[in-house]
Amino acid sequence: MTTTPRWRALTHHNLFWPVVVLVVLLLVNVPFTPDFFSIRMTNGHLHGSLVSIVLFGSPLILVAVGMTLVIATGGIDLSVGAVVAITGALTCSYISDQSDQSALSGVFFAIGIGLLAAVVCGLWNGFLVARMGIQPIIATLIIMVAGRGVAQLVTDGQIITINSEPYKLIGGGYWLTLPFSIFVVAAVVAVTVVLTRKTALGLLVESVGGNAEASRLVGIRSRRIKIMVYVFCALCAGIAGLMISSNTSAADGNNAGLWIELDAILAVVIGGTSLLGGRFSIGGTVIGALVIQTLTTTIYTIGVPTQTNLVFKAAVVIVVCLLQSPKFRAKAFGGRFGNKPGAKGGTGQPAVAPAQTAKTTEAAPKMEVS
Amino acid sequence: MSTTTTTKRPPAPDSRTPSKAAQLLGDRRLPVLVTAGLFLAMYVAGLSRYQNYGFGEAQVFMNLFIDNGYLLVAAVGVTFVILSGGIDLSVGSVIGFTTMFTAWLVERQGLPILVVIPMALAVGAFGGFLMGYVIHNFEIQPFIVTLAGLFLFRGLCLVISKESISIGDSSVSSMAGAQVNLGAGFLSIGAIVALVVLAVAFYVLHYTRFGRRVYAVGGNEQSAMLMGLPQGGTKIAVYTISGFCSALAGLLFTLYIQSGDPLHATGMELDAIAAVVIGGTLLTGGSGYVIGTLFGVLVLGLIKSIIQFEGTLSSWWTKIATGVLLCAFILIQRAMTARKKT
Amino acid sequence: MAEPQPVLEMTGIVKEFPGVRALSGVDFRLFPGEIHALMGENGAGKSTLIKVLTGVYSLDDGTITLDGQPVQIDSPLQAQQAGISTVYQEVNLCPNLSVAENIFIGREPTRFGRIQWNRMRKEAAELVDRLGLDIDVTAPLSSYPLAVQQLVAIVRSVGTGDSDGAGAGTKVLVLDEPTSSLDRDEVLELFRLMRQLRDEGVAILFVSHFLDQIYEICDRMTVLRNGTLVGEHMVSELDQVGLIQLMIGKALDQLEELHDHQLRSDVGETLVKADGLGRTGGIAPFDLEIKKGEVVGLAGLLGSGRTELARLLFGADQPDSGKVSIGGKQVSMSAPNDAIGAGVAFCSENRKSEGLVPDLTVRENIILALQAARGWTRPIPASQRDELVAKYIKALDIRPANPEARVGQLSGGNQQKVLLARWLITQPKLLILDEPTRGIDVGAKTEIQKLVVSLSEDGMSVLYIAAELEEVLRLSHTIGVLRDRKLVAQIANGPEITPSRILETIASGEHQ
Repeated sequence: MTTTPRWRALTHHNLFWPVVVLVVLLLVNVPFTPDFFSIRMTNGHLHGSLVSIVLFGSPLILVAVGMTLVIATGGIDLSVGAVVAITGALTCSYISDQSDQSALSGVFFAIGIGLLAAVVCGLWNGFLVARMGIQPIIATLIIMVAGRGVAQLVTDGQIITINSEPYKLIGGGYWLTLPFSIFVVAAVVAVTVVLTRKTALGLLVESVGGNAEASRLVGIRSRRIKIMVYVFCALCAGIAGLMISSNTSAADGNNAGLWIELDAILAVVIGGTSLLGGRFSIGGTVIGALVIQTLTTTIYTIGVPTQTNLVFKAAVVIVVCLLQSPKFRAKAFGGRFGNKPGAKGGTGQPAVAPAQTAKTTEAAPKMEVS
Repeated sequence: MSTTTTTKRPPAPDSRTPSKAAQLLGDRRLPVLVTAGLFLAMYVAGLSRYQNYGFGEAQVFMNLFIDNGYLLVAAVGVTFVILSGGIDLSVGSVIGFTTMFTAWLVERQGLPILVVIPMALAVGAFGGFLMGYVIHNFEIQPFIVTLAGLFLFRGLCLVISKESISIGDSSVSSMAGAQVNLGAGFLSIGAIVALVVLAVAFYVLHYTRFGRRVYAVGGNEQSAMLMGLPQGGTKIAVYTISGFCSALAGLLFTLYIQSGDPLHATGMELDAIAAVVIGGTLLTGGSGYVIGTLFGVLVLGLIKSIIQFEGTLSSWWTKIATGVLLCAFILIQRAMTARKKT
Repeated sequence: MAEPQPVLEMTGIVKEFPGVRALSGVDFRLFPGEIHALMGENGAGKSTLIKVLTGVYSLDDGTITLDGQPVQIDSPLQAQQAGISTVYQEVNLCPNLSVAENIFIGREPTRFGRIQWNRMRKEAAELVDRLGLDIDVTAPLSSYPLAVQQLVAIVRSVGTGDSDGAGAGTKVLVLDEPTSSLDRDEVLELFRLMRQLRDEGVAILFVSHFLDQIYEICDRMTVLRNGTLVGEHMVSELDQVGLIQLMIGKALDQLEELHDHQLRSDVGETLVKADGLGRTGGIAPFDLEIKKGEVVGLAGLLGSGRTELARLLFGADQPDSGKVSIGGKQVSMSAPNDAIGAGVAFCSENRKSEGLVPDLTVRENIILALQAARGWTRPIPASQRDELVAKYIKALDIRPANPEARVGQLSGGNQQKVLLARWLITQPKLLILDEPTRGIDVGAKTEIQKLVVSLSEDGMSVLYIAAELEEVLRLSHTIGVLRDRKLVAQIANGPEITPSRILETIASGEHQ
C-alpha cells in the first residue's frame, strides 16, 4: 500500500481528526472571504478573522479545559454556565460599588471574590459527587438551576454595567498587540497542562475514569481527585465569567454563559475525550473549542443565516457521537472498527457478560463465571 | 471471563418483615406525600399571609393549573423518560419549536389551526422517536442525544424565523379565550387538556403492560431483558411519548401566549426535570408516580404565585427556590436509596 | 423398564469464542423429576453451556431437543417460551416492583388492555402459597433479602406459561449458583422448594460450588473439564474424591525446570497474623499466620473462598469480624489504602476489571501503585520512572518491551506481568497473587512461578492462590485448604504431602 508508516502514525494521532476538521472549516471560508487568513495591524492591535476566532472562543476554551478533567474522571459538570454568571455578577457588582472603579486594589479584590464563589460552587459539586455519591449529572443540575437565580439576585435582575479600565483588560483589552484574553487562555491552558502532566494528577485522573475499581484497589484516593477536578472546573468557569463580563463591561445574570456547558461538553467530545472517562487530551479540547467557534464564524461569513448555527451544531454532535459509538461503527463499517465482544480478550472469552452490567450485582457477592 | 462484583454485600437481614420505620422510609409513596404536604403547607402559609389580597379565592388555585398547564404536560412526558432511567433535555426546544411551527403555519401559511395541531404533534412525536431510536440502537447516552435534539429544534425555530410571530387568527383566539366554568372558578382549555393528559398518563403507567414495562426497564434494564421484556421498544416509546407531550405542551403554550417565538420556553426542560424530581421520581429511574409530578408542578407554580403576591420578591427567587427544593429532594432520594442498599 | 426419555438432550454442543473453544462437542441430558448438578472448574464451560441452553449465546454446532423435539433457542425469551427458565445468582428481577408484578410482568392478566391488579395479586398469592412460601406479594421486592428474591425468581419461572396457556409451564429450571450468598436456613428453604418442584416433575439443573450441597440435594451430575464432557454419574455412585479428581483432572507437569528446586527452609518471624477474620457471605472466620519469606498457598475449588480470604487480607472487602496485624502492628483494613500502607500488595484474578486500566500505557500501569502511594503532588521523576519501568519490563520479560504500548492490547500473560511489576516496584512485604497463572501461556506460567520462588528467597512473603494443586504444592511452604467458604486445614508442606492428600482434605474437609 502507499501509506507510509509516518503517514499512518500521523492519521492515528489522537489530534488528527479534530485538526483536519478545524483546517477544513477554516478553508471553507476562503472562497467567501479571500483575505480570511490575513492579519492586519491597526492602531497597534492585530486584527483578522483568526484573531477574532481565538478572542471570541476564549471563554469556551477555558470552560472546556476544566470540563475535560471532570469528564476524564467519568463525571460531567452542568453547572459551569451558572458559575460563569455568578462570577461575573459578583465581580461586577463589587466593582460598581467602588467610588473609583479603576482602582487596581478594588479590581483585584473583586476578582478574588468572584473566583472564590466559583471555588465554593466547585467544592459543593465535588462534595455531592465524591462524598454523597450522587450521579454527577444530577448533582451539578442543582447549581445549574439555582445558580442563575443567585446571579440575578446579586445583580438585582439588572444588567450591571461598569466602567473600569483595568477590568476591561481581561476580556476586551490588548497587550503586546494581541487581545489580552489570549494570554489568559494560554496561561490557563499551560497551567492545566503542567498541573496534569508534570504532576501525577493527569495519570490518576485517567486511572479513576478508566477503571474506578482497579483504581480503588491500587490505593488511589479517588474522592480527593474528584473534588479537585470539580473545583478546578468551576475555577476555569469563573475565569471565563470574568472574561465575558469584562468583554462587555457588564454582568448579565440571565444570559452570561448561557448554553456554555453544552458547547464545552461538545468541545471535549470533538477533542477526542470519551464521555465515559479515561484518557483525556487538553490539546484536543482546545481544538474542539476552536472548531465550534470557527463553525459559528464560518456560518456567519459564508452568508448562511446565523440562526442555522444550532442546526449545524446538532449535526456535529450527532456525527461525532455516532462515530464514537462502537455499535454504530460495527453497523456502518462492518466488523473492522467495532469492538466485538470477545475480540479483545486475552483469555479469549467474551469481554462482557449480560450479568455484568446488571444493577442487582451490587447486592450480590462475588460471581465467578467459568 | 470472570468478574467480581466488589460492592459491599448486604448483611443478612435478621427478619423478613421490615420494621415499621423501615417500611415508612422504604415506601415509594413517601416522596409524593412529602411533596403534597409541602404544597399544602405552602398554600396554607400563602393563605394566612395574603388573605387580604385575595389569595384564598378559588380562581387563584385554578390559575395554578391555567398558568402551568403546559409545564404539567411537558413534565408528564419527562416523567415517562425518567421512570425508564433516561433523561430528555430537548423538551424546552421542542416546545419553542412547536410555538414557532404553529404560528408560522397559521399566520404565514394560512392553514387552519385544526390541521396544524396534528402536524405539530406528529413532528414532536417523530423527533422523540428518532432520539429514542438513536439512544437504543447505537447505545449513546440519552444525555448527549437529547442535547443534540435541544440544539436541533432550537435551531429549527430560528430557521423558521428570527422574529416573534404573533397569532391573530380568530379561531386560535377563541380557543385560547375559552373558559370552562366550574362554579367557584374557571379553567382554560389548556388546563383541561393538561389534566386529561395527567389522567391518561396515570392510567397508562399503572394499568397497562407498557406502563409496567417502563418501571421494569427503569428498575433494571438488564433484568427486564432477561425476563423477556422488549426493553428496546419500551425505551424508544418513552422518548416518543416525551416528544409528543413536549409538542402538546408547545401547543398549549402557543394558546397561552398567542405567539410563536424562537426563544420561547428556553430552559424549560430544567423546570420539567425539577418538577419531576420534586415530585418524588427517582432520577435513576424505576420509582415514582405521575401524581407526584402534578404536585411538583403545583409547588413550582405556587412559588411563582407567592412571589407575585409578595410583590417585593423578584422573579429570580423562583430559580433559587427551585434549586433548593431540587437539592433537598435529591438528598432525600439519596438517603432512601442508600438505605435500601444496606 | 425402558429408560425414561430425557426432557432435554443436548448433543455435540460446540461453542467457540475468538481464540478459544469453550465447548467442544459436549453431550448433556436432563430427565424429568431430577435435580442434576453441573460441575467443573474455571474454564470448564459450565457457564457457556448454560448460556447456550438459555439462549444468551447461539451455538456453533450441535443440537438441542426438548421432549424429543429439536428446538432452536436464540434468545432468553424463546428459551422461556420453550419451557426453560433460569434463575441467576444475581437475581435478574426488578427490585422496584412488587413481588406479584415480578412474578407476572410481561404476562399480566388484562381485560381490554387494563391490568387486573386484584386478579394478579390473587394468582400470585396462590402460586406462592402452593409452593409453600410465606411472602407478601404486594410488598416491593427490594424489601426482601436476596434469598427471598431468589425464591421469587423461581416462583416467576415456575409460573411462566400457565397464564397465557401457551406452554405447559416450566419443564427445565436452571439454577445458576443460587446459594453462594445464602445462609443455612435460606439454603434449606430453597432446597425444600427444589424438592417440591422436582416431585412435580420439573427437571432442575443446579450449579453450586458447595460440595456438601451437591451431595445433599442432587440426584445425578455431569462433570465438564476444559470444554469437554468427562463424566455423567449418579451422585450416590461417585464419592467426593472421585468427583474432585474428575473436575481437576490429571494436570500434565510441564514445569520440569522447577522440579529440583528446594524450598527455602528458614522462614523468618511472623509477618501477618489474622485472628478470627471473617465476613458473612464471604468466608467464615479464620486464623492465619504468614511468616517473613514464606509462601502460603491456598488450595480449594472454585468458589471455596480463596479469593474472599485474600480480599479480606487486602482490605478490598471489609471484614465483619476479627483483626489483622502486620509486623506486630494492628491494621484497620477498612480500605485497600490501609493494607497498602502496611506493605500488602494484591494482584486480582480479574486482571481486566480489577487490575489494569486498559486505556493507559504499560508504563503508566506499572507505576500506578507507587504513584498512588506518593500522592499526586510528588510525581516520580521521569528518569527514575523510565529506569524502573525498563528494569521491570526486562526482568519480567514483558512483551512487547514498549512502555508506550496500551496495556489493553497485551496478551494475558504480559498483562499479568504488568500487574506484578506494578506491585513489585512498591517493594511490598506481602504479595497476594490470586490465580496469577490463569489464562496465560505455559512459558509465562513458569516464569511467574520462578519469580515467586526468588521473591521468597529475597524475604518477601507471598500468598499464592492457584487452581492447580501441583502449582500450589510446588511453591508453598504452607498450604491452606479451603472448602465451602471455610479454611479447613493448614498443612506444612513436605515430601509426604501429595496432590491426592490435598484432594482428600478438600473432599473430607479435614486433614488426617
